[in-house]
Amino acid sequence: MTPEFLIAAALVLPLIIAAGIAALGKFPNLREGVTIVGSFALFAVVVQLTMMVSAGQRPELFIGEAVPGLAFAFRLEPLGALFAVVASGLWIVNSFYSIGYMRGNRERNQTRFYICFALAICGAMGVAMSGNLFTLFVFYEVLTLSTYPLVAHKGDAAAQRGARIYLLTLLGTSIGFFLTAVMWTWALAGQRLDFVDGGLLAGVAMSPVVASALLLLFVFGLGKAALMPFHFWLPNAMVAPTPVSALLHAVAVVKAGVFAVMKISVYIFGVDLMNATPSADFLIIVACVTIVLASLIAMTKDNLKARLAYSTIAQLAYVTLGALLATQAGMMGGSLQIAAHAAGKITLFMCAGAIYVATGLTNVSDMKGLGRKMPIVFIAFFVASLSIIGIPPLAGAWPKYELMQGAVDGGADWVLAVLIISSLLNIAYLLPIPILALMPLPGTKPPKEFKRPGGAPALTVAAPAFTAALCVLLFFMITPISNFLAPAFEAPGTLIEAELP
Amino acid sequence: MILESLLVSAPEWAIDHAPVLIPVVPLIMAAMLALSPSGRLSWILSMVATAASFYFALLTLGRIQSAPGGIIEYWIGNWDVIGIEFRVDALNAMILLLVTGMGFLASIFAWSTIVAEVQKQKISLFLSAFLLCFAGLCGVTATGDAFNLFVFLEISSLSTYVLVAMGASRDRRALTSAFDYLIMGTLGASFYIIGVGFLYAATGTLNMAELAAQLPALSGNRSVQVGFAFIIVGLGLKAAMWPLHQWLPNAYAYSPSFVTMFLAATATKVALYAMIRWLFTIFNPDYAFEQAIFTFILAPLGIAAMVICSFQAVFQTDVRRMLAYSSVAQVGYMILGISIATTAGVAAGLLHLFNHSLIKGALFMAIAGICINYKGTTIRDFAGLGRSAPFTMAAFAIAALSLIGVPLTAGFISKLQLGYALFEHGWWWAVLLVVFSSFLAVLYVGRILQSIFFMPPANPRKTRKEAPLLLLVPLWILALANIYFGIDANFPAGLARDGAIAALGLEAFQ
Repeated sequence: MTPEFLIAAALVLPLIIAAGIAALGKFPNLREGVTIVGSFALFAVVVQLTMMVSAGQRPELFIGEAVPGLAFAFRLEPLGALFAVVASGLWIVNSFYSIGYMRGNRERNQTRFYICFALAICGAMGVAMSGNLFTLFVFYEVLTLSTYPLVAHKGDAAAQRGARIYLLTLLGTSIGFFLTAVMWTWALAGQRLDFVDGGLLAGVAMSPVVASALLLLFVFGLGKAALMPFHFWLPNAMVAPTPVSALLHAVAVVKAGVFAVMKISVYIFGVDLMNATPSADFLIIVACVTIVLASLIAMTKDNLKARLAYSTIAQLAYVTLGALLATQAGMMGGSLQIAAHAAGKITLFMCAGAIYVATGLTNVSDMKGLGRKMPIVFIAFFVASLSIIGIPPLAGAWPKYELMQGAVDGGADWVLAVLIISSLLNIAYLLPIPILALMPLPGTKPPKEFKRPGGAPALTVAAPAFTAALCVLLFFMITPISNFLAPAFEAPGTLIEAELP
Repeated sequence: MILESLLVSAPEWAIDHAPVLIPVVPLIMAAMLALSPSGRLSWILSMVATAASFYFALLTLGRIQSAPGGIIEYWIGNWDVIGIEFRVDALNAMILLLVTGMGFLASIFAWSTIVAEVQKQKISLFLSAFLLCFAGLCGVTATGDAFNLFVFLEISSLSTYVLVAMGASRDRRALTSAFDYLIMGTLGASFYIIGVGFLYAATGTLNMAELAAQLPALSGNRSVQVGFAFIIVGLGLKAAMWPLHQWLPNAYAYSPSFVTMFLAATATKVALYAMIRWLFTIFNPDYAFEQAIFTFILAPLGIAAMVICSFQAVFQTDVRRMLAYSSVAQVGYMILGISIATTAGVAAGLLHLFNHSLIKGALFMAIAGICINYKGTTIRDFAGLGRSAPFTMAAFAIAALSLIGVPLTAGFISKLQLGYALFEHGWWWAVLLVVFSSFLAVLYVGRILQSIFFMPPANPRKTRKEAPLLLLVPLWILALANIYFGIDANFPAGLARDGAIAALGLEAFQ
C-alpha cells in the first residue's frame, strides 16, 4: 500500500468508525464491535506507517489548498509516528476499558460518547501527521471541539461548568496566541508554514525580541500542554467519565499539546534558533515552576482524579522542558516522556475508574485497605506509580535520565535539582495510595462492600494490568525507540531544501 | 466550468445585456407585483425575478472571468459619455453575484416567514418593496455613474424604510426604528449627493471612469477633498461604519425577520462596495491625503467597531440585537482590511464580506425559522431549542461557529487572510486586536449556543416544531456553503483577489 493511501486511511478510518457507531447506535454489541475492530485496523495502519518512517521514509500526503498558501498537507516523521502509535495503540486498550466502564456504570448517551471518541482520535491522528502549521492548527481545534461533548457528558451543572472552562481556555489560548503565532510565522518565513528539518525559521533574520515573543505565543498558545498559568482546564476536565480522562486527558489531548510544542521547536524554530532565543530560558523556569508547583498541589488533593490531573500537569511540563532545553538529549527525553508517561498515566486513570465502578469511591482517604479486595488493580497502580516516579526497570526511568543529561548539556544544571525534587514529590503523592491500600496500617477500618455486585468488571481490571505490563516492556525497548527517534534531532548543518508541494 | 457552460448555452442578447438586466428585471417585476391579485403569485414572481437576476449575474461574472482583467462597459441607450454607463469589473461582478445569490435564497424562504409576520393583503406590496430594494442594491453595484449610484441607493433605501416599518404588526418599536433609519439614511444619501456635487463642480463629469481619469490632476483641489469627505461619510453611514451605525441594531431587531436576513446579508455589503469603489478606483490611493485617511481614520474606526461592538454584543439579551452589534463589528474587520490598502488587505476584506454575508444570512434565516413557531427572540427564549428544532439549530450552530472563525468554516479562512495581510503590512498590534475581538465572539456566540443546546426550555414544550422545509433548504445551502468554503476556499478567495486587483490596479499586485 502506498504511503499516501495509508495516511489517508489513518485520517478517514476514525471517521468511518464514527459513522458506523452512529448507524449501529441501536445495537450496543455491534456498536462496540465497530470500535474494537476499527481501533485494531487503525493501529495496523499506523504501525505500517511507522515501519516506513523507521526505514528512513517520510510518508507524505497533499490533499489540496483551502486558498493558495494554506495547504492541507501531511508528512509523518519520527516524532509524529511515536505520538500516533501511542494514541492509536492505547485507544485499543481504552476501548475495551470503556466498554467495561460505561456499561458497569450504566452511563447514558453511550453512542454519542463513542462517536466523539472516534472523532477525537481523528483529530489526534491529524495532529500527529500534520505537515504544516495550518494543518496542525485545524486538527488541534478538531480535537478541542470533539472532546467538549465528552467533558460535558454527564450534563449536570458541574459537568457543564467544567466543560465551559475547558472549551474557553483551549479555544482562547489557541485563537489568541497560537493562531497569532501561526500568522506571524507565515509573514516571517516568507508565506510558508511547512515543518522543515532543521527549522523553518532557521535561516530567517529576526531580532531576538521577535523570536522571544513568537516562542512565548507558541508555548502558551498550545494550552493543551497545560503549562502554568494555563493549566486549570485540566483539573476541570476531570468531570468527564474516566475513560475520557484516561485516554484523552492523559494521552491524546494533552500529548497533542506537548507534541506540538516539541514539533514546533524542532521543525519551526530548530535547535540553533531555540538556543539563541532568550525567552526559552524564561520558559524553562516556567516549566520547572509548573513541575514543582503542580506536584505540591497534587499532594493536597484527596480526590484521586484531581491528584492525577495535577500529576499530569507536572509530567507534561517535562516534555515542554525537554523541548525548551533544545539539546539532543533533552529533546530525546521529552519525546520518550510522551510514550512513557502515556503508559503510566493511562494505567493510573484506568485504575481510578475501576475503583469508582466497583465501589463508587473517589477519595484517596477512603481507599485504605481496599487493595485486599482489588489486588490486581492496586498492583497495577503501584507499578505505574513507580514508572511515573522514574524507577528502573520501568519506562519512566529513561526520560528522566535523558532530561537530566540534556539539562547538563544545555548548561542548566539547576534543572537537575528540580527533577530530583519532582521525583521525591511523586513518591510522596503517588506511592502512599497503593501501599496503604495493599498494606493498611493496623486499626484501619475494613473497606465497605462493593457497590456493584461482583466488583469491577473484568475489562476494567484487565486493561490497566495490560498497560502496567507495557510500562515494564517499554523500559527494555529503549534502544529501538531511541534509534527510531534519533533522526528527528540530528539537526542538519545547513537548511535542507524544503519539499514544496 | 459551470460559468463557461452557462455562457455557451446563453442566448446572445442575454450575454450582451446581462449587466443592465440584473437590476431592470426586478425593477419591472416590482411594479407588476403592486398590481398582483394574490400573495402567492407575487411570491412566485419575486422568485422568478431574483432567479433571473442571479442568472444574469452569473453570466456577467462568466464574461469577466473569460477575459482576465476584463471590464464590461455598457452604455445605456448608447448615449456615450453624456449618458449613464453600467460598468462591471471583477470587483462588482463578485458583489453582484453575492447580492443576487442571497436575494434569490431570501426570496425562496420568504413565503414561510412573511405569511406569519405580514398581513395577508399587504404581502404583494411587501414583496414589491423587497424587489425594489433588491433592484436598488443591484443597481448601486452595477452602475458606473456617480449620480446614478445615488438614484439606486435611494431606491433601495426608501424601500428599506418601508420594509423595516412593516415589523410594526409584531412590535410597534419597528416604527421608531424605521424613522431613525429614515433620518440617518437620508442624511447619508444627502452627504453622498453633496459630495458628488462638489466633484461635479470640479470636474464636470459624473462618470466614474472619467472622474478617475481627471481626479489625479486635481489632487490639491479643496472642493475635491471636501467632496471626498462627504462621500465617504455618506457611504459610511449606509455601511454602518462605526460610529455611524446607530440605526442598525434597532433596524435589525424590530423589522420582520425576513427583512433582517436580507439586509444583513446584502445592504451593508453593497454600501461597503461603493466605498471601496470610491476609495480605490475613483480616487487613487496614492494621494498623500488619502493615505492619512486610511491610517488615521478608517483603521481606527474599523478597530473601534471590532472591539467596542463586540463588547456590546456580549451584553445583549436579544439574539437579533446581539447579532446586529456583531454585524457592525464584522464591518469593522472589513474596514480594517481595506484600510491597509494592499491587495492582500482588500482581498481579505472582500473575502470576509463574502463569508460574512453567508454567515449572517444563515443566522438570521434560522432565527426567522424560529420566529414562525416560537415567540420571542431573547437568549432566554432560545433555551432548549436544540431539542425542539434540531435541524434549524444545527445550521444555526454551524454559521455561529463560522462567525467565531473556527477552523474548517469560511469565517476562519477570511480571518486568517486578514491576519496575514496585517502581519505583512507590519501591523502586528492590529492582529492582536482582531484576535481579541474573535475571543469576544466566542463569548457572545457561546452564550447563545449554550442556551440553545444546554439549557432546559423556559416553559417545557412537548412538541418538536421544525422550521418549514422551504426555509430549511436555503438555510442548509448557506450552512453547508460555510463549511465548504472553509475547506476549499479557492472560489471566493479567487473572486476576492481578482476584485482587489481590479480595485487597486494590477501593478499593486506585484
